[in-house]
Amino acid sequence: MAKEAEKNREQFATTGRSRKGEPLVWLTAAGLAIGVTMALGLFLLILVKGAATFWPKRIELFELQNGETREIIAGYVTQQQSRKNSEGADVREIQLFQGNKDLNGETFRYVDVGSIIKRSSPKNLLLIERLTYGPAIGTAVAVETGDKRTVASSPDFIPELNKILETSENLRRKVLHIERKEIGKVSMEMEELGRSEKAGRITSAAAVERRARLQTEFDTLQKKATRLDATMAASSLTYIVADGRESTLPADQLLGVFAPNQAGFLERLGESLRRVWHFLKEDPREANTEGGVFPAIFGTVTMTLVMSFFVTPFGVIAAIYLREYAKQGLMVRIVRICVNNLAGVPSIVFGVFGLAFFVYFVGANVDRNFFPEKLPTPTFGTPGILWASLTLALLTLPVVIVATEEALSAVPRGVREAALACGASKWQAIQRVVLPASLPGILTGVILAMARGAGEVAPLMIVGVVKLAPSLPIDDVAPFIHAERKFMHLGFHIYDLGFQSPDAEAAKPFVYATALLLIVVVVTLNLAAIIIRNRLRKRFAVSSF
Amino acid sequence: MSDLIDKPASGPRPDFIRVEDFSFFYGEKQALFGIDMRIPENQVTALIGPSGCGKSTLLRNMNRMNDLIDGVRHKGDIRLDGTSLYDPSIEVISLRKRVGMVFQKYNPFAKSIYENVIFSLRVAGRSKKSELDETVERSLRDSALWEEVKDRLHDSAFSLSGGQQQRLCIARAIANQPEILLMDEPCAALDPLATLKIEDLITTLKQQFTIVIVTHNMEQATRCSDHTAFLYMGKLIEFGKTMQIFERPQQPETEAYITGRFS
Repeated sequence: MAKEAEKNREQFATTGRSRKGEPLVWLTAAGLAIGVTMALGLFLLILVKGAATFWPKRIELFELQNGETREIIAGYVTQQQSRKNSEGADVREIQLFQGNKDLNGETFRYVDVGSIIKRSSPKNLLLIERLTYGPAIGTAVAVETGDKRTVASSPDFIPELNKILETSENLRRKVLHIERKEIGKVSMEMEELGRSEKAGRITSAAAVERRARLQTEFDTLQKKATRLDATMAASSLTYIVADGRESTLPADQLLGVFAPNQAGFLERLGESLRRVWHFLKEDPREANTEGGVFPAIFGTVTMTLVMSFFVTPFGVIAAIYLREYAKQGLMVRIVRICVNNLAGVPSIVFGVFGLAFFVYFVGANVDRNFFPEKLPTPTFGTPGILWASLTLALLTLPVVIVATEEALSAVPRGVREAALACGASKWQAIQRVVLPASLPGILTGVILAMARGAGEVAPLMIVGVVKLAPSLPIDDVAPFIHAERKFMHLGFHIYDLGFQSPDAEAAKPFVYATALLLIVVVVTLNLAAIIIRNRLRKRFAVSSF
Repeated sequence: MSDLIDKPASGPRPDFIRVEDFSFFYGEKQALFGIDMRIPENQVTALIGPSGCGKSTLLRNMNRMNDLIDGVRHKGDIRLDGTSLYDPSIEVISLRKRVGMVFQKYNPFAKSIYENVIFSLRVAGRSKKSELDETVERSLRDSALWEEVKDRLHDSAFSLSGGQQQRLCIARAIANQPEILLMDEPCAALDPLATLKIEDLITTLKQQFTIVIVTHNMEQATRCSDHTAFLYMGKLIEFGKTMQIFERPQQPETEAYITGRFS
């Protein structure tokens, strides 16, 4: 008995190297851990860098001594690094954001740590946001409204400044409305008039008269806008920068004032949230390095939704035919291999195809047949959001087809047979039983397609994305949906900021912020789709009406 | 439809389903060899035999379910009340409306109990509420499920137990009032108690339907069938009254099988 037990123990001993399979488990776990770490690291990097873009930093005053010259500069530290000087010794230097591009020419400046003789952060240093030239850094001297001057030391200074900010914000919105909407409408009418005249729908005498009327309207509006601008410009903020130069900023250029050195944590938080909000809702300024990214968010979301709208029915119908109707044989296998390979074609190739087929062929024909009066100016015969969405729909088609095929084949045979045995035709069985049962799987495919499509940039550069789109593809000007318009896209915006920007240093924080935003947008879109899928899953598991 | 089966004035017909020299091939493989059989109306006929003997194949030919498989062909004929199932003028969909089927693994649709029952009416394009309601109650009563589910007709079919789901499948199969009910091992996936309920149900249902049931369970065949066919290697070995087959089998293979000497 005892001997047998001994033998058993030997046989089943699982210590040391005899534990077969364990090292592999360890290996797979390690692989997963590395993958998760990399993904998390990427996300954290973007999150930290992106969030830091909006956090108001402390502004410091530096007194520098370079040989005989002494100078004072103000700014906040954006980076610290070492470099070797000509003798090969390590020199520590800091990168400083000093703003005041109008006065200094450069917004960023490198300073040797060794040359700093005094560093302080006076409370009254201000970060002044402007419409052009980026922010200014300085100390307030006075504000002026008309001929009323309020100096910075006066207790009325802050209320007065806030009043100016508020008024100019309102006026700016009015001017924007006049320029965008009202003047836009007049110029559209003028274009229309030109086309009518060309097509002979209107006599030239009437055209002349009408054109004169429109021109008067146009001039009136323009004058009104100029007047409002002048009203704004009547107020101004005077400030003095670190090296003693004084500058006056008219209120039409003034966007906001923040004193980071006085602000506590909550105020800073408030300020960064305000900046995030502006980033989300505003149009870009200053070659995209200032302002917001709203058009890009809007373009990304619209394009992704339009793409899903096209890819889902086509993909599902194709998969139904492939899986349910086509005779499973060599031909279907070849088609299936082709579909799978389509997923591996570089996306830029799809872009080229989209340009050649959608833009130059379909678009040109649409123009010839439906918009002949606008030719030679193309309407649809030029890259735009519709063609971009269709190109991406084509690009993501394999994803939907493959997912749908898998979902269809996962429906148990018994369920199909039951439907047929109840006297359903093949199509009825597919429509009433098989499709509802495979809907969650199909939607998973759509979600993957959306994730893929939303992040795609390369093909879009050829078929419709631009650096700066003057108007959104959907707005309140008839016919409201402008499928032919060019659009902005977050992915392209990242590329544009990072590699095409005239001021790479200023654009860098926005690259991270935009990347973070792109991730957020894609995740949000996917979450929405996942919620819809789960609802459907529940609905089809409970009741069908 | 009416030209498919002409009902005579009265009495159950002894040769309601006639299988005439029926052979069946899956590609090159022959599954059935010249089966000849008469299945009487309003009675339960059990098909027994070891696995792979062709009893399911035979059953699934009675509503032409095997047509779904690629590369099948047949010889001979199966006649429903005199009309060939393979008559080119017969539409397979209308045939299946006459021949209901219950499967081995209960397979309700991912729909409500109510929608499951009326599925055959829905696909036939019938949507009068009163008719649907009536059908649901009648079918569920006939399948002895009404009392258990009448308060939750719009719950998911998956909320039922296995036995209940199988009875729901029976209700679904009889909703459109077929003449024949094919049952392919309907109790194979059920526990003994649920099995007993289904067997009781079969005995009741035979007053309305001609039932053909495939079973592996000898006791089940003796308990609820009137006639039994023993198939072996694709051939019909013996066919007769159930009592006779089990008490005085004529063929040595039948005897060997029912006494459990091979399976």
